Amino acid sequence: MVRMVSATELKPTTYAWPVETTELRVKAGRHLAVNGLDLQLGTGVHGLLGPNGAGKTTLMRALSTVHRPSGGQLRLLGEDATSSRVLRPLRRRLGYLPQHFGFYPRFTVREYVEYMAWLREMPKAAIPGAVQRAVERVGLTARADSRLKALSGGMLRRVGIAQAIVNDPDLLLLDEPTVGLDPEQRVEFRTLLRELGTDSCVVVSTHLVEDVVAACTDVVLVDEGKLVWQGLPAALIQIGEQGGTGDSPAERGYTSLLSSHRSAS
Amino acid sequence: MTDHIPAASLAAYTAGDPGLDDAGVWAVEVHLENCAECRARLAELASPPLLTLLDDVQVMIDRGVRNGPEPVRRRTWRRLAHRWAVWSVVPWLALVLSTVLAAFLLDREFPQRPSLVLLLAPVAPLAGLAIAWSRRSDPAWEITTGTARAGLELLLRRTVVVLATVLPPLAAAGWLLDMSPALWLLPSLAFTAASLLLGGLIGVARAATLLSAGWLLAVALPAILTANLPVVVRPSSLPVWAAATLIGAVLAVARAGDHRRFN
Ligand SMILES: [Zn+2]
Repeated sequence: MVRMVSATELKPTTYAWPVETTELRVKAGRHLAVNGLDLQLGTGVHGLLGPNGAGKTTLMRALSTVHRPSGGQLRLLGEDATSSRVLRPLRRRLGYLPQHFGFYPRFTVREYVEYMAWLREMPKAAIPGAVQRAVERVGLTARADSRLKALSGGMLRRVGIAQAIVNDPDLLLLDEPTVGLDPEQRVEFRTLLRELGTDSCVVVSTHLVEDVVAACTDVVLVDEGKLVWQGLPAALIQIGEQGGTGDSPAERGYTSLLSSHRSAS
Repeated sequence: MTDHIPAASLAAYTAGDPGLDDAGVWAVEVHLENCAECRARLAELASPPLLTLLDDVQVMIDRGVRNGPEPVRRRTWRRLAHRWAVWSVVPWLALVLSTVLAAFLLDREFPQRPSLVLLLAPVAPLAGLAIAWSRRSDPAWEITTGTARAGLELLLRRTVVVLATVLPPLAAAGWLLDMSPALWLLPSLAFTAASLLLGGLIGVARAATLLSAGWLLAVALPAILTANLPVVVRPSSLPVWAAATLIGAVLAVARAGDHRRFN
């Protein structure tokens, strides 16, 4: 099928960073889970690492525009995401998989992804093709017409990924996308991530250091709502070769960065 | 596009002549996409091996279409239902129906007492609204809240669904009891608008609970205990309810953006 390329797609971007935060503060309940975060993310796959309670999920919610920041600046795809006015057009260009991915059990895979494409205001004519493509990309073609309640946890996670990429988002946010995937599916997923990262900004929050090293172009380490370290996976491995605890150089790099940050503060 | 492709260029293109540069190829292809006549000329120039290959491909495609999976059926009704329905309100529907029925039966039995249908009408949609907008009962809440349609559009769709389930049983009860429809309709709508408006600030579930409790404790309970129909549900209060409904609805639509986030 021939697709017309619209003028907006060809327009050069006028912003330096798809994600740019300055002194960002976001509350989770009463507690400031993100507390003065400065971050700049470009095109590519960014692995967001940090211990439990570091504020990763709260940060992902702020980036997905679901949570309103309580202070600081948040610019997404060049727009000021703290202002309500830009939300609607901005959200058409976002894809989000929350950590707790809720779904309607009676929907089929195709119906659910189609519903999410509609909620993201994709043009009507583009939806069936985009849905099929998203379902194929996560390897669920054979189950496209199964009810969600009949799927395993790993399959549901893949449905979650499919709904997040259905609108070809410029900014894709995946919170713990590999939970429940078996090793083979994880390898396939990493390939998909690399593919997606060639022309959009992908942020993957995970607790698996190995996923980040294998599939990400950039590592972002946060703790207590602040940026601890940002750099290349290779640099993380290099740090790990000098010490730290863990099973792989990358894990050792992760723990040594974290402990030196904690002792410094 | 008045000029067709010159025969020489078309021949060079068909033969894959390296003398034809990229820009030339593009010009030919752009023209071919839009001109059936030149496509026909191109077909005539094609060499026999190419035609055989194209025939083979055609046969393979036909075979694939015959043996492959069926195209997905268009299920317009199902899709329409998905886009409008709020799945979490289905169990609640039974509750509302039975409550309205009970109120109606009591009213018919004791016509001299204050009408329970009237006392119930303002808060009847509120439970449905609370459920339709609750983070706990809508499993896909977080995903939906972050989409472009969240805000005014989802707000109106969900409200319409809730009202469409609550108002018909109330209408039936009101008609059978021979009441003016405005008496139960306007308070219902006014309370719906107020819940949405307040809900934008403190959450719809909390707002609906607060307003229902306020109404039941301050108006409905005293009315039942004293057996006096309070002035607020008498016909003389209708202009006030009408004004409240109108203002509430306008403000609720204007503040629909409040429902775009969840904190
Ligand atoms: Zn022509």
